Amino acid sequence: MSPYEAILLTIITASTPLLLAAIGELVVERSGVLNLGIEGMMVMGAVCGFAAAHVTGSAWLGVIAATFAGIATSLLFGLLTQTLMTNQVATGLAITLLGLGLSGLIGSGFVGLPGVKLANVSIPWLSELPYVGRLIFGQDPLVYISIALTVGVAYVLKYTRVGLIIRAVGQNHHSAHALGYRVVAVRYACIAFGGATSGLAGAYLSLVYTPQWIENMTAGRGWIALALVVFSTWLPARLAAGAYLFGGVWILGLYAQGMGVGIPSQLLSALPYIATILALVIISTNRRLSVINTPASLGQGFVPDR
Amino acid sequence: MKKLLTAAVSIALVSALSISAVAAEKLKVGFIYIGPPGDHGWTYQHDQGRQAIDAALGDQVETVFVENVPEGPDAERTITRLARQGAGLIFTTSFGYMDPTLKVAAKFPDVKFEHATGYLRADNVSTYSSRFYEGRYVIGQIAAQMSKSGVAGYIGSFPIPEVVRGINAFLLGAQTVNPDFKLKVVWVNSWFDPGREADAAKVLISQGADIITQHTDSTAAVQVAEEQGVNAFGQASDMAAFAPNALLTSIIDNWSDYYIARTQAVLDGTWVSTDTFGGMDANMVNMGPFINMPADVKALAEKTTAAITAGELHPFAGPVYKQDGSLAAAEGETVDLGTLLGMNWYVQGVDDQL
Repeated sequence: MSPYEAILLTIITASTPLLLAAIGELVVERSGVLNLGIEGMMVMGAVCGFAAAHVTGSAWLGVIAATFAGIATSLLFGLLTQTLMTNQVATGLAITLLGLGLSGLIGSGFVGLPGVKLANVSIPWLSELPYVGRLIFGQDPLVYISIALTVGVAYVLKYTRVGLIIRAVGQNHHSAHALGYRVVAVRYACIAFGGATSGLAGAYLSLVYTPQWIENMTAGRGWIALALVVFSTWLPARLAAGAYLFGGVWILGLYAQGMGVGIPSQLLSALPYIATILALVIISTNRRLSVINTPASLGQGFVPDR
Repeated sequence: MKKLLTAAVSIALVSALSISAVAAEKLKVGFIYIGPPGDHGWTYQHDQGRQAIDAALGDQVETVFVENVPEGPDAERTITRLARQGAGLIFTTSFGYMDPTLKVAAKFPDVKFEHATGYLRADNVSTYSSRFYEGRYVIGQIAAQMSKSGVAGYIGSFPIPEVVRGINAFLLGAQTVNPDFKLKVVWVNSWFDPGREADAAKVLISQGADIITQHTDSTAAVQVAEEQGVNAFGQASDMAAFAPNALLTSIIDNWSDYYIARTQAVLDGTWVSTDTFGGMDANMVNMGPFINMPADVKALAEKTTAAITAGELHPFAGPVYKQDGSLAAAEGETVDLGTLLGMNWYVQGVDDQL
């Protein structure tokens, strides 16, 4: 494997969990809900995915279990914020804390056990092409799923009726309600979608990235995903660019260190954040665009008047 | 509903009171952990020490721990809470707890504090650390013999003296076998982030390192080494289960003896503020089994370990040259303890700058 291939492969591995978690949150926020519980849903996905894969020996069953664990955790958030009308910010934080604690409890029997790694895709001939074979045709399946999800979300939000309804609910839930859309139901569905992709992101950590269960293994990636959604001004294409920018700058920082370029490591570690903030500043100079895309009802609860 | 709540609260209060009434006779020993005890690394070993206290002094002592406490303001709050809850002895087990520990200690003069790897003390604050670098010297020697490329990769957490000392000791050990041995260093600026540790390992391997060693707390790097067919060393805890073919040995922190002794001192009323810097001789640093290596490499490793334990060999015995070529310790001298504790320079041969 040439060094450039190794760099790109590592960048893709570092970026994919961010993209997976963020693309779901993008849909959730587009529907007007702010779910700060990504980290908790991710870590629940990671532990349930690992546990299921370890018990059954099948990485795919692990992926499915992780997805459902993410959905279950997100529905708890939905129940609290959409039905019981709790504060979304506080509830999201609570979900993160709950997820971190509960996953530790569930995973206590799985610490230090050998994991099952989700096998890379292998297409005869194509995967062995020099230079591009491994990169384009030999990734793990979740990489392709993350890209397919991004394209799918972009298409649905922009060109379909479903996307229009989600956006309407997020922009002005009173108008959407007046038009006859079931605001709370739409939001529940979006929250569950966000939970599913966060669960997938967790599965990526415990089945691909580092195939083992370690408490707290998400290590703050949920928060980075959350920031990326804002950075992207709620647009899927920018979100993907942001996730790969973040992963890319991070891995290149490690490379630079390994080559001994003499830049302080603290600065290199901060670079992904600096790069992301810079990009955010540059994008937000176009006020019109960012205002148009910001869901106007973001974070506000909706009580249908009867 | 309100009545029910009141009832629940009062039951909780009563049970809390009754627990503390029972506990009042026992000495409460608190632990603050930077990661989860399930990390199979740094925190795992501290938790083993806590369990050793339970096993040895369980009839007179009750231990409690708080895991995943971030360094900074959160730590201060958590330590204060433990002190308020009646802990008589509190172990704070990460470097970054230094300031919070001292601040809380000033407010609770009757509580004894033990801060791991720090350098500031008070009347009721002791510090303790291990000479991990002794183990680093041994694994450096093994690395230089096992490496084909002559390049090792070192994953650092934060560029603090404790970590820099380990890097230097590793390279000094390696240079006794191969004077041209190269060491690449990558800092991940985190004690515990399995994903980043794995990234760093992949990066180092792709840059030609065929030995991976790390001063971070998870087993991720060791697993990457196993996957990619290079050798690795366990840190803090025996990590052989995670890389049965790649692992050569582990540096194992053994806190049990120290923790039991200090707890006993509080029970006896003989506790005084001290600074402990124990190594192989004090049974605070152990080497794991030497595996996956030829007999001659193993023999030298055992010989070196024995020599360090007996005090015949000091990893920082001169001549030691700094990276810029200046002399840190001449032939026949040893780098002094103060310099070791505040080490902020590399020895010659490290392919990195601080």
